[in-house]
Amino acid sequence: MMKKWLGVIFLMLSSIQLQAAIEIYQFEQAEHEQLYKQMIDELRCLVCQNQNLSASNAALAKDLRQQTYEMVTNGKSHAQIVDYMTQRYGDFVLYRPPVKSSTALLWFGPFILLFAGLMVLIITLKNRKQIIDEPLSEQQKTQLKQLLDEDDK
Amino acid sequence: MKSSLPLVLFALLVILLGVGLTLDPREVPSPFIGKPAPSFELAKLYDSENTIRTEDMKGKVWLLNVWASWCVACRSEHHVLNQLVKNHQIEIIGLNYKDDVNKAKQWLEELGNPYANIAVDQDGRTGIDWGVYGVPETFIIDKHGIIRYKNIGPVEQKDIDNTIMPLIIQLQQESS
Amino acid sequence: MIPEIGHVALIIAFILAVIQALVPLVGAQIGKTRWVNMATPVARGHLFFIVLAYACLSYSFLVNDFSVRYVASTSNTALPLLYKISGVWGAHEGSLLLWALLLSSWTVVVSIFSKGIPKIMLARVISVMGMVSVGFISFMLFTSNPFVRLFPAPVDGRSLNPLLQDPGLAIHPPMLYMGYVGFSVAFAFSIAAMIDGKLDSAWARWVRPWTNIAWVFMTLGIALGSWWAYYELGWGGWWFWDPVENASLMPWLVGTALIHSLAVTEKRAAFKSWTVLLAIFAFSLSLLGTFLVRSGVLTSVHAFATDPARGVFILVFLIIVVGGSLLLYAWRAPSLRSVGQFSIVSRETGLLLNNVILATMAGTVLLGTLYPLVLDALGVGKISVGPPYFNQVMVWLAVPLYSLMGLGFFLRWKKDSVSRLSRKIVIPLSVSLVIAVLLPLLFAPEQSGLTFIGLISASWVALTALLWLLNSNTSPFKLPVSTWGAVIAHIGMAVTVTGITLTSVYSHEKDVRLAPGEFYEIGDYQFKLIGVKEVRRDNYIAYQGIVEASEAGQHLVFLHPEKRTYSQSSMPMTEAAIDAGLFRDLFVALGEPLGDESWSLRIYHKPFVRWIWLGALIMAFGGLLAAMDKRYRRYTKTHAEVAK
Repeated sequence: MMKKWLGVIFLMLSSIQLQAAIEIYQFEQAEHEQLYKQMIDELRCLVCQNQNLSASNAALAKDLRQQTYEMVTNGKSHAQIVDYMTQRYGDFVLYRPPVKSSTALLWFGPFILLFAGLMVLIITLKNRKQIIDEPLSEQQKTQLKQLLDEDDK
Repeated sequence: MKSSLPLVLFALLVILLGVGLTLDPREVPSPFIGKPAPSFELAKLYDSENTIRTEDMKGKVWLLNVWASWCVACRSEHHVLNQLVKNHQIEIIGLNYKDDVNKAKQWLEELGNPYANIAVDQDGRTGIDWGVYGVPETFIIDKHGIIRYKNIGPVEQKDIDNTIMPLIIQLQQESS
Repeated sequence: MIPEIGHVALIIAFILAVIQALVPLVGAQIGKTRWVNMATPVARGHLFFIVLAYACLSYSFLVNDFSVRYVASTSNTALPLLYKISGVWGAHEGSLLLWALLLSSWTVVVSIFSKGIPKIMLARVISVMGMVSVGFISFMLFTSNPFVRLFPAPVDGRSLNPLLQDPGLAIHPPMLYMGYVGFSVAFAFSIAAMIDGKLDSAWARWVRPWTNIAWVFMTLGIALGSWWAYYELGWGGWWFWDPVENASLMPWLVGTALIHSLAVTEKRAAFKSWTVLLAIFAFSLSLLGTFLVRSGVLTSVHAFATDPARGVFILVFLIIVVGGSLLLYAWRAPSLRSVGQFSIVSRETGLLLNNVILATMAGTVLLGTLYPLVLDALGVGKISVGPPYFNQVMVWLAVPLYSLMGLGFFLRWKKDSVSRLSRKIVIPLSVSLVIAVLLPLLFAPEQSGLTFIGLISASWVALTALLWLLNSNTSPFKLPVSTWGAVIAHIGMAVTVTGITLTSVYSHEKDVRLAPGEFYEIGDYQFKLIGVKEVRRDNYIAYQGIVEASEAGQHLVFLHPEKRTYSQSSMPMTEAAIDAGLFRDLFVALGEPLGDESWSLRIYHKPFVRWIWLGALIMAFGGLLAAMDKRYRRYTKTHAEVAK
């Protein structure tokens, strides 16, 4: 436990700055600039509290921005830079998790959820259909009439 | 049955959150465990004419300790490292990370020098190559130059006793 | 002395909360009228002592009593008055006190405005809210007491985080907490209805206005937080999918579903158990958010100083509140038979579909937020889930949601036909298509698929809402206020969607190096650095840049971005200068001096960014209108007469 706390303290000391530095990088090509911006948006600053490289002023973030800049201007692709970073820091450095077996549920989960929701909906509606066929009781009829009358439209 | 589904899902969530409380979200495991240590060739702190290379350590079990004089937590682990080299047959290579050379020397004079050798990583490139993200960090490299363990944050005596020394002894017994 | 009074007041409030939680509930169960009647007076006493405790803490802030640890760690003598008042909720302990204050205020307000509700029902509602309050007050008393003294007292305090010294942020937490706490009303009503075993249209009518009000606060709170992040954090983003932001978005999404589901429960006596479940979820997710923010299981830019002991406490609290209510649900939900019937093509089905999508969205946010924790707990490795993931997945879910938002208005209750519907939608659909294709062609420098999707969604949502007003048989001005509320809220959503789309696609950002006299151009806009000077204020020193912005050669405005160093903290803060406009923001942040008098500057041109928050304001206004509908009061009265 103590160790965890010391850890938190030292990390806080190294990442106390919240706000981004404004650095001037020159790009010859517009595509390079665009890729650079995309990369520093999608890469995580490891020492920070959930910030990407572009938003952080931590020393490591600066170094990694510099590294990214050099790789981009040397013509490296998105995939190559991602490889470089994950080789050193693991998938943790990517804000866009790679699609693989351990993240399958993450990427497909929302659609599984949606599908499951729709299935439940369809089943519920089907069951409802059967109720409709049952004749209404007198009380239900009056209730229904009331409700319909109340309807503003 | 259908109406107890939310309860079941919630129970799973509670287990997850309970386990989550025991984890440290900020500790990033190193992808280098079980992989060859990235090579470097860096100037020595006390002998800037000459360099030290990862390859020089082939055949030995050694520690790489990333430190800097500006790092507050390094201070707390320093005496632990001093003790370690005093009591055991083990070489620690220091990686002086993004530091002022003079301040680093002064720091060692004050606190003692546990390092067999110190490599100077002025611009932090080697740090990036080793996936260093917070100082201090300590790696254990085996005789084949494979990284076997990484300690993030200050090394404590109980880490030495429980994890680091047992692993070192085991690795030293492996054939080279 | 005053802090001790506050502490004692908190203890008395705790005792009263326990009484409030137990006595009326038990009384209702065993039929003791006197016990039932105690609900309202006890809730008022409870509020009184919480107000007293809160006043004591505020007093300690105002008189700079640094012998109180909480004051010493969040305030200092140089802090302006406003931030001494808001400092009360500026950190963990005090924000819990604010929660408790708002919760007991809501309870008393509910007791005042619910004269028409059967006494037994009201007693149960007040009891359930008392239980929640017991949780929060004991959280304070046992793990996070704001009144703890410090020996020896420091001469001055440590100050509020400079980031938080901002009026927008000062009022953001109370708004958000009003929303979180507000959902406890719907939650309490649901628990009461499940104990009662009866849930009818009248019940839905009681719950609707409270849910709407909570939703309004939540909408405003989220919008304020986003606006604050935009101008204060200095990098021009307005939503970061940070766990803390997600924690507020999830209850908002579920709350939105709840509002729609309640409409059906009221009008058609359908979806009863689903409505109850949503009410439980909306509040549970609010509590879960509290856990995530304060326990330290996730890292966040905005998280409170965390402590695992607090995490354990909230987890136990979650188990009791959420687990208990879901257990009750598992037991009682099957008895909540829905009587309303409808065919497949009907407004009911449309609203159910909308609920499925909103719930999926909330589920997705939860999944993305917790997934790193899941993998870590399983020991599979560490990953990060951030904006690229959420943006990508949410767009896919948003499109069907917007389609339904429009369709819903044309669908008739109970039974409708596809052919009638398709005739109705031809006009709004084709007009939306024309808008989505033509507008970018006429005004935008480049085309993109995202613009098309965003604009067609926005115009479809807005047009269908407007057409519904015009097409109804009665004059629009005779329609009920709640109808207007719905239409306005939908238009608000359309405005927000437009803002998000156009800002995301057409924003331009550049980091430049400028010496005095030099300029940078974005399109027609020119930004010229005049100079940088030093300014001194009460609690900070700043470099202030003077940047002249002009459009097509015409002077527009002087912008004054600052780089501040606060007296109590060494970190420099960027205070961006923004020239706000309805159709575009010009945003300049001052960076570092680069030598030769030149500075680095970050310059943004952000078209339509205001529409994001403007839309939220419109949505909130719509929600407010819907909550004010006379119908809710009229029905309550009728019911009161019946009850007599």
